[in-house]
Amino acid sequence: MIIENSKDTNMPELQNGSKVAVIGGGPAGAFFSFFLIDLAKRMDLDVHVDIFEPRDFFKPGPRGCNMCAGIISESLIQTLATEGINLPPKVVQRGIDSYVLYTSTGKTQIKTTIDEKRIASVYRGAGPRDLTKAKWKSFDGHLLELAIGKGARHKKAKVAGVNWRKGRPEIKTNDGESDLYDLAVFAIGVNPANLKMIEELQLKYRPPKTAKSHIREFFLGQDRVNEYLGNNVHIFLLPIPGLEYAAVIPKGDYATMCLIGNGVDGDLVNSFISTLQARRCLPEEVDPKGSCRCSPFINMKAAVGAYSDRIVFIGDCGATRLFKDGIGAAYKTAKAAATTAVFQGISERDWNRTYLPTYRLIENDNKIGRVVFAVNGFIKSRKYVLGGLLRMVNGEQQRPDSPQRMSGVVWDTFTGSAMYRNIFKRTIHPSFLFRFSWNTVREISPIGRNQATKED
Amino acid sequence: MTTRGSLGRDYDAGAVIVQQGEDGDCMYVIQAGQVKVVREENGREVILDVLDSGDFFGEMALFDREPRAASVLAIGQTKVLTIDKKTFLRRIQEDPTLAFRLVEKMSGRIRELNKKLSKGNK
Ligand SMILES: Cc1cc2nc3c(=O)[nH]c(=O)nc-3n(C[C@H](O)[C@H](O)[C@H](O)COP(=O)(O)OP(=O)(O)OC[C@H]3O[C@@H](n4cnc5c(N)ncnc54)[C@H](O)[C@@H]3O)c2cc1C
Repeated sequence: MIIENSKDTNMPELQNGSKVAVIGGGPAGAFFSFFLIDLAKRMDLDVHVDIFEPRDFFKPGPRGCNMCAGIISESLIQTLATEGINLPPKVVQRGIDSYVLYTSTGKTQIKTTIDEKRIASVYRGAGPRDLTKAKWKSFDGHLLELAIGKGARHKKAKVAGVNWRKGRPEIKTNDGESDLYDLAVFAIGVNPANLKMIEELQLKYRPPKTAKSHIREFFLGQDRVNEYLGNNVHIFLLPIPGLEYAAVIPKGDYATMCLIGNGVDGDLVNSFISTLQARRCLPEEVDPKGSCRCSPFINMKAAVGAYSDRIVFIGDCGATRLFKDGIGAAYKTAKAAATTAVFQGISERDWNRTYLPTYRLIENDNKIGRVVFAVNGFIKSRKYVLGGLLRMVNGEQQRPDSPQRMSGVVWDTFTGSAMYRNIFKRTIHPSFLFRFSWNTVREISPIGRNQATKED
Repeated sequence: MTTRGSLGRDYDAGAVIVQQGEDGDCMYVIQAGQVKVVREENGREVILDVLDSGDFFGEMALFDREPRAASVLAIGQTKVLTIDKKTFLRRIQEDPTLAFRLVEKMSGRIRELNKKLSKGNK
């Protein structure tokens, strides 16, 4: 039902029978639909939600995949479990209980503080291109099914354009259909090619700043995944210009390699693969070209003007966390938008009042995140400082009951489990600075170096 | 049960996940298997509830500082995910609607207890 005579067109709100179009059925779109219907039911509001998503997440290769490293953070796993969303073993390719950090001067391993697997590695689609038999289930497909289970309708079509008609967004699909909605929610990710569809709306929206990243899949088989990677995510903090960090992640039969930074191109990928550290993570006979590769865009800076009356941008096409836990940020923006739409309204003023604070929290935290990664960038080419970091982590890992100052900071930075401001606060604590300086000084002193316990 | 793809911690049949009388600072969500909630009174064991996959327990510890009111034991092989108090409270401060499901479950439990009480009084 379209409300022709809403009580105040400047302050639109959802009513019984309102129609909501969610464009994009990735994590942000699926979470939004799930929570919008759930919260609306609690308010005795019956809304009609259509999710437009052309991808078949159960197909292997790029056609069914939203291209990411596929780590679901510890904080998101816990929050989703509280929301009643548990990831079944079929979706979780591997439960992760430790991170191995490789640097130019050595490596160290950080284990979870509680002896429990609370980080998941998943495939966003069915799996890599060369997959012959799907043993696991797509993460995005699972979320979309949950949203459909709540009552959302999946329209397997690509949205070609959105324009205004009678003061409402009209959605036109590639298959020639069009329909009028009370609210249009954009959850279309960061690919600039997707933005053509909003041109006619003439919004103040300015898309996020992006950079190219790289993902490559290697078939190892489960035994070799166990042998080479185990239940560990392998993180590389190497002094390669343009590379912020790299990761190799264990999945069912595969290893996923992911490179993130501001200058990731073919040469950088090759120079990373040829490092000693990267080669140790993969069997020698594995073809470095991998069996499936992509170079997706990553959101480096939030979009501007992410809402107006009856319009909101969520997930990657709005704001996301810098370099980490993008799916966690998609959950947060989706939930904040759904909460606003149900409890406040769908006008620009409503988004301003209750959606913007969540958006700002992410944006402001990323400013601190940039400082955290700038410090990482400084450290990774300083031999003694790196040595001090490794020494401090190794010492803490050998004494699990002692305060895990550096281990906690490295863990939270690379697992994406805590806000950057929280991590930063811990790094300026006097005890942290003292221990770090002390360990660095011991690295510089020849006696201390000889006693170092770090592995290489 | 110890599949590579599952989350949480494994408990064998009969293992104690929560001990009555102990302090607690987390709640738990069952990922696979079943648990029983048991209260010990005057040396007698009373089964208060049996919980399944997706259910949570130990949530009272997130809100009060009282010792655990009952013990929780794995019935068969069970997988349980721990939710930290701090993670939960921080998130709830950002998004109060996160408490809806918890409140719903807790009010369901009060309803059940009321039913049992009124049956007992008849
Ligand atoms: C290299 C890399 C590694 C990453 N690793 C991680 C990680 O390990 N963990 C993590 O949490 N995050 C990670 N991220 C971030 C994560 O991928 C994103 O934050 C997340 O995918 C955002 O979800 P979304 O739903 O906003 O967008 P997307 O996942 O991009 O989904 C957008 C959806 O919109 C659909 N769509 C687009 N245009 C149209 C249209 N015209 N009509 C209909 N549908 C349309 C697409 O088909 C797609 O399904 C990584 C990102 C990159 C680039």
